[in-house]
Amino acid sequence: MAPLIEFRNVTKTYTKGLLSRTATTALDDVSLQLDEAHPTIMTVAGESGSGKTTLAMLLLGFIPPSTGTILYKGKDISRMSNEERVTFRKEVQAVFQDPFAVFNPFYTVDHLLSVPIEKFKLAKSKGEARNQMEEALNAVGLRPEDILGRFPHQLSGGQRQRINVARALLLKPKLIVADEPVSMVDASLRATILESLRKLNRDYGISIIYITHDLTTAFHVANSIIVLYRGSVMEAGNVDRVIKEPQHPYTRLLIDSIPWPDLNRKWGQTEIIAREQVYGQVERGCKFTSRCPFVMDKCRQAPPPLYKINEDRVATCYLYDQQPTIAREKLSEMLPV
Amino acid sequence: MTQTQQQPVLRVIDLQVTYYTDSGRVRALDGASFTLNPVEKMGLVGESGSGKSTMALAMMRMIKPPGRIEGGKVIVDDVDLTQLSDSDMRKARLSRISYIPQGAMNSLNPVLRIEAQMRDAIKAHVPEMSGSEVQQRIGEALESVDLNRNVARMYPHELSGGMKQRVCIAIGILLKPKLIIADEPTSALDVVTQRQVMETLDRVQKQLGAAIILIGHDMGLMAQFVDKVAVMYAGRLTEISTVKQMFTTPMHPYAIALIDSLPTLENKGVFKGIPGLAPALLRLPPGCAFHPRCPFAMDICRTEVPALEEKAGRLVSCHLYDKNGNRVHQPGEAVLQR
Repeated sequence: MAPLIEFRNVTKTYTKGLLSRTATTALDDVSLQLDEAHPTIMTVAGESGSGKTTLAMLLLGFIPPSTGTILYKGKDISRMSNEERVTFRKEVQAVFQDPFAVFNPFYTVDHLLSVPIEKFKLAKSKGEARNQMEEALNAVGLRPEDILGRFPHQLSGGQRQRINVARALLLKPKLIVADEPVSMVDASLRATILESLRKLNRDYGISIIYITHDLTTAFHVANSIIVLYRGSVMEAGNVDRVIKEPQHPYTRLLIDSIPWPDLNRKWGQTEIIAREQVYGQVERGCKFTSRCPFVMDKCRQAPPPLYKINEDRVATCYLYDQQPTIAREKLSEMLPV
Repeated sequence: MTQTQQQPVLRVIDLQVTYYTDSGRVRALDGASFTLNPVEKMGLVGESGSGKSTMALAMMRMIKPPGRIEGGKVIVDDVDLTQLSDSDMRKARLSRISYIPQGAMNSLNPVLRIEAQMRDAIKAHVPEMSGSEVQQRIGEALESVDLNRNVARMYPHELSGGMKQRVCIAIGILLKPKLIIADEPTSALDVVTQRQVMETLDRVQKQLGAAIILIGHDMGLMAQFVDKVAVMYAGRLTEISTVKQMFTTPMHPYAIALIDSLPTLENKGVFKGIPGLAPALLRLPPGCAFHPRCPFAMDICRTEVPALEEKAGRLVSCHLYDKNGNRVHQPGEAVLQR
């Protein structure tokens, strides 16, 4: 059976202006797959400019890749028939970062929930539509009587974000792309949103791609993680292992900088080599060279391949060159589900 | 001058801020009092709408109508800021007390070089300073935040987010203030840059001997950075304790819930939110504002607002504890679980 979603050597470059030759590579030769039979939660992590939002936009079909193909259930998403596209739109849903910007302040919340029901003809009658709305709200831990009939300004950020999750759930999707769903929500309310995402995965069998720069929450919701740096995969694998014993120098720096709410776990002493302006500069080697404390000559020559560190982990770094290499296309086989 | 070393650099006494809205009076800050010593770092945490930023703005006297400072004192270095004339207050900002607002990096003027923006700030306070001295001061400020002196010749768009944020810190310390208020200075930055900016702030503070108030809701950042934590809820301070006390033995039930909701490496997949919702400030419940969400609420909590009092070496406003910080027991109560 064809995988639910598949990236085949996807690269996305952005060019500035009409005639400019400087191109920024936002995503560089990434291949990955998600299996329909084993719904999972996969985190895509990285700092700003790492290409994680580009990945979300590509997944949702909002922008076309520069090279490579993206397949949904074996169909190239840029060459779908109208009918296939409607199914794709229904089955792949998004939850965005800002719970305040996605609501139209002139309509009650019912509007946001009833439009998809209407457009995708999910209900035969008003009563049925109402039932579906209530069911979806219950599933994310909201009481329909508190929510329906209210205006967005009467709700908290956490409630609004859960309504967004409920809206996605209404359409019975196969995949939810959540781009920083909790970064604008109060820390005390984050837990409830993450819990509802996990519930969607567990009880409804929905795969979730969780895009974030917050590794603390990534650790708590996800099964697997892909760490991106300037468009390339640095390290990937089992989220527990990657966060507890990071291998790649970039991941180590990242994990070392997490402000854990724990007095016994202070920020590490690793020196931070500042990221200078490197956009547009042609680099042949590893993208992390300029900031890497372990940089070697060969790092500047050619980008390192994926090295298999153990059965559920890979790192793109010459420090591990005694390990077997793995083809980029096989990345997903290393990720636990 | 030797005395000021022992004296607190900041004393806030019974600060009150009210917003007069069409739907009624809103007490955004209700009787906040605390002190801060030189080189001390205090974190101010709470959910959105709990009054953290209102507190900062009130201390800077930057509350805009319909808001008003209704009472209280803000004493920085023996000067009560609330009593200053408007022009003296303008002078005090940046030289006594400086404020790094949320998303400060977007507050830089895109069409002016960094040095022009920094020169403006100095000239407004010390017009007699000579050009070469100003240049010198700008260079020093940039170097103290780990930036190259020639950043002064650049425009904001030539800098990354973290660099812009450090420029804002450099502007904040140009006139060597005694108190720096940083309102979520790193909320838009990724973890590595965040750590870099916080380490810069830490070093600069030690050089100046200034006190810092760090506002935010990221308890992780608090654990890494501050010496003591003040927790706000619905416009009131609920607990002020050292960072160690706060993370090991929080006392106020809201602080307990807040600490319990934190994700750690040990409890993967356990999500503990705080049940219930923050009350609207327009319709605050009578008594303690937290009582509808509090698992230990007693009768007195529904009628009487608890005062912020010293109990067991910290400040707590909760009826649950007596003067010595011991739990007040009552028949048939829920068991306090930690």
